[in-house]
Amino acid sequence: MDRVRMHELGIATSILECVQAEAKRHPDGRITKVGVRIGELSGVDRDALQFGFEVLVKDTDWESLVLELEYVPRMQRCLKCACEFHMTDFDPRCPLCGEFGTQCISGEELDIAYMEVDG
Amino acid sequence: MNRIAVEKKVLNENQVLAEQLRERYRQVGLLCVNLISAPGSGKTALLERTLERMDKTTRVAVLTGDLQTENDAKRLAKFGFPVKQITTGGTCHLDAKMIGKHLEGWKLEELDLLIVENVGNLVCPSSYDLGEDAKIVLLSTTEGEDKPLKYPSIFFKSELMLLTKVDLLPYVPFHVELARENARRVHPGMEIIDVSSTTGQGLDRWMDWLGARQEKAQAKPQSVTR
Repeated sequence: MDRVRMHELGIATSILECVQAEAKRHPDGRITKVGVRIGELSGVDRDALQFGFEVLVKDTDWESLVLELEYVPRMQRCLKCACEFHMTDFDPRCPLCGEFGTQCISGEELDIAYMEVDG
Repeated sequence: MNRIAVEKKVLNENQVLAEQLRERYRQVGLLCVNLISAPGSGKTALLERTLERMDKTTRVAVLTGDLQTENDAKRLAKFGFPVKQITTGGTCHLDAKMIGKHLEGWKLEELDLLIVENVGNLVCPSSYDLGEDAKIVLLSTTEGEDKPLKYPSIFFKSELMLLTKVDLLPYVPFHVELARENARRVHPGMEIIDVSSTTGQGLDRWMDWLGARQEKAQAKPQSVTR
C-alpha cells in the first residue's frame, strides 16, 4: 500500500493491514470488527482515526469492517502507598498520601486488542 | 461470532524495524538520538552549533528529515561530517524504515554518534520509534509555555528537553519557570537544559550530556552478553 500521509490515516492503514494478515488465517470466516486500545498519551486522536479508517475502507471489500476504539486513561501508581489513580491535569501527586513519586502504569497504548470473526 | 485476542502493537511493523536498528547500534556501541520539535524551534541551528563544537575525532553522522528540500543537509554538510537528507514528500514524521534505508552506504561500526533530526512536528514523531537511545524534545522561548500540556505525548517520551533561544528571553513574554513546571508535570524528573544557538549559552552542558550518553553507549557492547 502506498504511504499515506496523515498520522491517523497511517495508523488506520497499519490497523487494516493487521486485519488483512489475520484474515488469511481464517479463510472460512469474515472479520467484522477490530478492537483497538488508544492510550491517553499515545498522541492519536480518536475522531481523526475513526474518520481516516472510514475513508480508507470506503468502496473496498472492507467497507463493513467496524473499528472499535477503547480509550485507556493515564493511570499512575504511587511508589509510596501503591494507590492507583487517573492522572488529571498532569498532576502526578498521589491523591491519598500526597507523594510526588508516582509511576505511569497505563496510557501509552496503541494496540490491537481483538478481532471478531463471523462464521 | 467469535472474538479472538490479538494483542499486537498497531505499529508493530515499525516497532520490529526499530528494534533491529537498536540492536545494530548496540552491537557497535553507537549512540543514536532523535531530535523532535515544532517547526522553527531551532533543531538545525542547534545541530550546526553541535557539529561545530564536536571533537573532530568523534565520528558523527546526521540524518535530517523534512517534507521537501535539501536545505538542511546543505547547511549541515559544511562541518565535514556525513549528512543525508530524508525528504518525506509530505509524510509528517520519520519512521524506522526510512532510517534503515538512508543508513545504507554508511558503515555503522565506523560511527560513534548518529543524530536524527525529525520532521518539525510535535504530534506524529512521538508515535514512531526510530531505534534511538533517546528522544530529545526542543521547546523554544518564542512558543507557548503550555506546549508540554498541549502535546504531552512527546514530552512524556523524551528523556531531555532543550529550552532553546534563551537569548531572546529579555524580549519575549515567556515564563521559563512555568514552562519547566509544565514539562515536569507531564514528565516528572525530566532533564532540562537551557540553550542558545546564537550566544552559545548552555551548549557546553548539552555537549557534556551527549558525551556522557556516548560513553554509556560505547560501554554497552562489552557489558551486555547474549
